Amino acid sequence: MRTRPWILLLGVVPALFLAYFFVYPLVTILYTGLVSDGRFATSAFVDVITDPTMRSVAWFTLWQAFLSTVFTVALGLPAAYVFARYRFPGRSLFRSLTLVPFVLPTLVVGVAFLAVLGPGSPLGIDLRGTIWAILIAHVFYNLAIVIRGVGVLWEQIDPHLEDAARSLGAGRWRVFREVTLPLLRPAILSSAALVFLFSFTSFGVILVLGDLNHSTLEVEIWRQATAFLRLDLASALAVLQLVGVTVILLIYGRAGRRAAEELPLRPSAEVARRPRTAGERAFIAATLGMLGLLVVTPIAVLIARSFSTPTGPSLVHYVNLFDPPRGSAIFVSPVDAIGNSLRFAIPAVMIAAGIGLMAAVVIVSARGRSGRIFDTVLMLPLGTSAVTIGFGFLVALDKPVDLRASAMLIPIAHALVAIPFVIRSTVPVMESVQRRLREAAAVLGASPRQAWREVDFPLVSRALAVGALFAFAISIGEFGATSFIARPATSTIPVAIFRLLGRPGTFGEAMAMAVILMAITGIAAMGIESTRGSRSGGV
Amino acid sequence: MNRILRGVLFAVVVLAAASCSTDDAETTEVVLMTHASFAVSDGVLEAFTEETGVAVSVLQSADAGAMVSQAILTKDNPVSDVLYGIDNTFLSRAIDEDLFVPYEAAAIDTVPLDLRVPGYQVTPIDFGDVCLNTDPGGLSGLGLESPDRLVDLADAAYRGTLVVENPTTSSPGLSFLLATIATFGEDGEYPWQAYWRDLVANDVRIVPGWDQAYYGEFSGGSGEGDRPIVVSYATSPVAEVYFGDLATAPTTIVEDGCFRQVEYAGVLNGTRAEKAAKQLVDFLLEITFQQDMPLNMFVFPANSDTALPDVFVDHAVIPTDSRVMDPVLIDENRERWLAEWAAVVR
Repeated sequence: MRTRPWILLLGVVPALFLAYFFVYPLVTILYTGLVSDGRFATSAFVDVITDPTMRSVAWFTLWQAFLSTVFTVALGLPAAYVFARYRFPGRSLFRSLTLVPFVLPTLVVGVAFLAVLGPGSPLGIDLRGTIWAILIAHVFYNLAIVIRGVGVLWEQIDPHLEDAARSLGAGRWRVFREVTLPLLRPAILSSAALVFLFSFTSFGVILVLGDLNHSTLEVEIWRQATAFLRLDLASALAVLQLVGVTVILLIYGRAGRRAAEELPLRPSAEVARRPRTAGERAFIAATLGMLGLLVVTPIAVLIARSFSTPTGPSLVHYVNLFDPPRGSAIFVSPVDAIGNSLRFAIPAVMIAAGIGLMAAVVIVSARGRSGRIFDTVLMLPLGTSAVTIGFGFLVALDKPVDLRASAMLIPIAHALVAIPFVIRSTVPVMESVQRRLREAAAVLGASPRQAWREVDFPLVSRALAVGALFAFAISIGEFGATSFIARPATSTIPVAIFRLLGRPGTFGEAMAMAVILMAITGIAAMGIESTRGSRSGGV
Repeated sequence: MNRILRGVLFAVVVLAAASCSTDDAETTEVVLMTHASFAVSDGVLEAFTEETGVAVSVLQSADAGAMVSQAILTKDNPVSDVLYGIDNTFLSRAIDEDLFVPYEAAAIDTVPLDLRVPGYQVTPIDFGDVCLNTDPGGLSGLGLESPDRLVDLADAAYRGTLVVENPTTSSPGLSFLLATIATFGEDGEYPWQAYWRDLVANDVRIVPGWDQAYYGEFSGGSGEGDRPIVVSYATSPVAEVYFGDLATAPTTIVEDGCFRQVEYAGVLNGTRAEKAAKQLVDFLLEITFQQDMPLNMFVFPANSDTALPDVFVDHAVIPTDSRVMDPVLIDENRERWLAEWAAVVR
């Protein structure tokens, strides 16, 4: 397809957004940290590179992220398949549940993991302070990325392709390897890249579940910047992290260079069916069992804790939230907290969806090198430490208008993290939209813009909905990243949980608030599920 | 989409314009920067606005360390007018960086001398102690009594009873480390490193943060773990009584080896609302705000004229012999001490 100038023009908005809210603050903070009195702090780099502790931190950051990604993809693919291809009772509820971990504050996950994998473990294993606790937590958090990121493409691939291969005598495994896997490749790579970046910059999980010997670059940057007030070392580490992320993204870009296959995509409603054979039913049961253990158990622990009191199960923690027993401001009404969270989440979703979609159109249209570079650069914020971005905002965004104390900065920071999700979920689908459909539309007299609106958009909108859902989840659950930006004193749900967990005697209320956060996420995910079918039905 | 974006951009500009402070003559808003644990009852800050006609806008940062870093980074063009919540572990660096306009608050005479800072760079607003908390029931089940002194914990009898927070990731954890350094010293016969070696030999459990230590590992009060001794706050038993609606505290504190944390407020150099900022510091030390603090943040008011809430009067203990340490000493040695600590416990 010939690239049309108006399409490239769309790229201006994401480019400006990224330049002003990412590149400019990043360059400013690194300059502030590394250059003093006109002299470059070479010694900070020397210190960081020659320090054996820092080297082992860098190495650990890399390999734990790699293992986390491998495990997440390995467990996520069967789940993505089951949700994409089969209809069974509880399917949409189950799929919605898999998004819930994504929004949970790490402190809360720490509680659940201690219960499941600590000394009192019903499984009889104590993984506290081991690398396994970290890896399992990363899988727990990121599974939804693979399930939805791959699922959105998988559920639209025409199963007749696979049926045809099988009728030619190919076995199931061979069909998967030689037909399905190549078709899914762009979506798998996309999701894996997101999981990798999330694990590479892991912060809360490492702090809460790690031991004294395991630390990531992200944690070290935070420690140098806030505990030792050593901005030079923090900046040198941030540069190291940035270089690592860029190298990884370049490798990823090369792997994804092979043009995506153009697929006869079909609306998902026609693709999913009931399981027919005992083997299919067993596969579904095994996959759901795995999800149950990994995702549902910790969630169930938190729900149980929210009702637990020394005298037996009770609603008292919820009652306390809605009707605090005393005047203490530690209790925030859930209604207020939800309102405050939504005030950030709604603009964050709007910004991320709008800018992400524009960027995706440009990436798909400007095939080849420029599209890939644009794609890579837009992923960078996800692999940059939150401290660096947050402090960058502080030193850079005071002129020409002072945005630093503005409430708008928080949804913008959330959008910065969420835009890659919108891009990663929409690009594979866009690339796969059949050219023929668009050409047919042109023959029938549709302008390219009309063809986009009538043909591409309905198919892409489902992928966009997935991206928007992640943007919502990122914003509503986020506490770590924006805590480095001055945050207006409005208690969002995660802030309320943080406060309730900060004092003796309000543990149950913290759990109740976490359950409310999970419920909102679940409801949002279910809402998206239910609108998805009807939208694509018209194609 | 374009329309939405245009709307968003417009909103950004409007909000930004609204948040710009102007000069003193027409100050309508003063910005208070504090940490994430800050909590205040409805109506308290409004009392300041009624008094002065100036509204208070509160910004929160993750923790005291992040807050000080931010203040240092933005000292040429500060985001806020007043900083509240900086403690003695970060004070010296902040003063070195010339962050504050010295100011003698109106009610400074009500503050005990030992809390005040020479030169009035900052004003003490509240204080509290980090102390060992014990679960008397759990200890007596092991045939033990609450330890009297820090050194008791090195005794084999207390093996496997203590949980502490990692001082490199937790503020009470750092306070406890400083308490051990202040208690055992650096070069005596039994320096703090030797004490920690004994704690490690005695199976001390080290966790990343306060909530994991207290809720996850501690056996007393609302803790659900199996360790009867934890590093927490002197006011933790009070909070147990208050939130649990109890008649007596289920936990006690060990009065030896507590570490005194003082939180200060200061007027930031470069503020465009210096008069209002000073008024706000005055207000933070006035009874209205001071008497609201204990039940929101579980700290003691620095203004000694403040009446404490009943639950504090009945259940709070202020340790008489808390360890204090010169902020300059803390700033000079923090990095080295933490590295040495990490080497001992690794």
